[in-house]
Amino acid sequence: MSEFASGTLSAKNIHLSFGSNHVLRGIDLHVPQGTTASVIGPSGSGKSTLLRVMNRLIEPDQGDILLDGRSVLKDNPDELRRRIGMVFQQFNLFPHKTVEENVSLALRKLRKLSKEQARSEALEQLDLVGLKHKADSRPANLSGGQQQRVAIARALAMKPEVMFFDEATSALDPELVKGVLALMTDLAKGGMTMVVVTHEMGFSRNVSDAVTFMDAGVVVESGPPEQIFTEPRTDRLKGFLADVL
Amino acid sequence: MDILKQLADTFLDWKAMGEVIPKMFAVGLPNTLVLAIISGIIGTALGMLLALMGISRNAAARWIARIYTDVLRGLPPVLTILVIGFGFGPIIRELTGSTSPYPMAIAALSLMSGAYIGEIFRSGIQSVDKGQLEASRALGFGYGASMRLVVVPQGIRRVLPALVNQFIALIKESSLVFLLGLLASEREIFQIGKDAAATTGNLSPYVAAAVFYLVLTIPLTHFVNWIDARLRTGRPEKKEPDEAAAVVGKGAQA
Repeated sequence: MSEFASGTLSAKNIHLSFGSNHVLRGIDLHVPQGTTASVIGPSGSGKSTLLRVMNRLIEPDQGDILLDGRSVLKDNPDELRRRIGMVFQQFNLFPHKTVEENVSLALRKLRKLSKEQARSEALEQLDLVGLKHKADSRPANLSGGQQQRVAIARALAMKPEVMFFDEATSALDPELVKGVLALMTDLAKGGMTMVVVTHEMGFSRNVSDAVTFMDAGVVVESGPPEQIFTEPRTDRLKGFLADVL
Repeated sequence: MDILKQLADTFLDWKAMGEVIPKMFAVGLPNTLVLAIISGIIGTALGMLLALMGISRNAAARWIARIYTDVLRGLPPVLTILVIGFGFGPIIRELTGSTSPYPMAIAALSLMSGAYIGEIFRSGIQSVDKGQLEASRALGFGYGASMRLVVVPQGIRRVLPALVNQFIALIKESSLVFLLGLLASEREIFQIGKDAAATTGNLSPYVAAAVFYLVLTIPLTHFVNWIDARLRTGRPEKKEPDEAAAVVGKGAQA
């Protein structure tokens, strides 16, 4: 049984251009409920942009995004984003607020919980990521790994149906990566629907249910991790794997 | 030694100073503070409005803020005060029956400082990493709420030193209100010094006025330095290594 009220997310034929730069050229991605899709590919392939289109931080020029089978492009984008948690490469914690306030801000202002209720829920989330004892510290006084775990707690506090991870471990010192990956693995095993843009091939191979390889704005290859990593079909994927493994 | 004595007589006539100091405390200081504080509050509010207009996605709002700022920053304060005081003073007098030049002086000081404070706020808000807005929007906050709760508070913090400098400038510029003509009870620190200097034929009252200004401005200057240092180094708090990583970390050190 899933610990989360997670949903199914689909992107269909997503196109996006910045001026003459055609960043996404007809992307399809289907992430069934409770599964983890990892998206790999070289820098500038459009992976991070795809995440931002799927939660409408950037509006697509063309295509559709479906959550539990229903198009969300006509919804209020702010409400859509409350249903999709996002974790960033640079953590993006709010430095002027304490750790607990980082997690409880959206609970108070968006879910309209009382201050006490929001704090107790925030502490609960922080406990799950092992940082309850840091509740009253400022983010600047935490290590990168701790900051990223707080960022995960902040996203989870909104009880999202899907979680996005945008190179969540790329900015971390090597020895701090493990703790964050372990937490992401727990979420995946717990039944959260996740889209993970990553350079961590170990995570992609061992934890995710499906792997999508993107290059130059298109999905070049996708499939179960075994197939992608052991039987790559295209030269582009073979070349990429040779570079990163 | 004649020169020294002459200088001492001119600037350090204790008697002339002693006569003027009680008046400065009773009348001048409160008036200076009223002018500077009220203009500071209005100027800060106006500055925030101009800053938000300046970064708005609405081109008209950006242009209005730009033109306003360029004009008000580009004029000498003395000219702005005279134009507003004598230009709009009579209208206010007719409408309200008040003959005090204070509302006009406060308006002029607020309008001027608003232009400077607007630029200070705008630079602060724009210096906030764009990931902050993105993270806030990703949580489900709209643009307005993200700015209010996340971006603007951080922007203000960064420019507090520049903001306090602007308050120091306001305290000094409040002396220009004398140009509009003041009743005895309306005089601020500078005007009291000026009147006393005129009646005694001695510059010591100006020295007394200078001391009053310095007592107000020097602590603020040091307050700026203190905030600046505090912002640079942060509040002292012990930083612990990541516990989860410690196991791995020890191996790496060995």
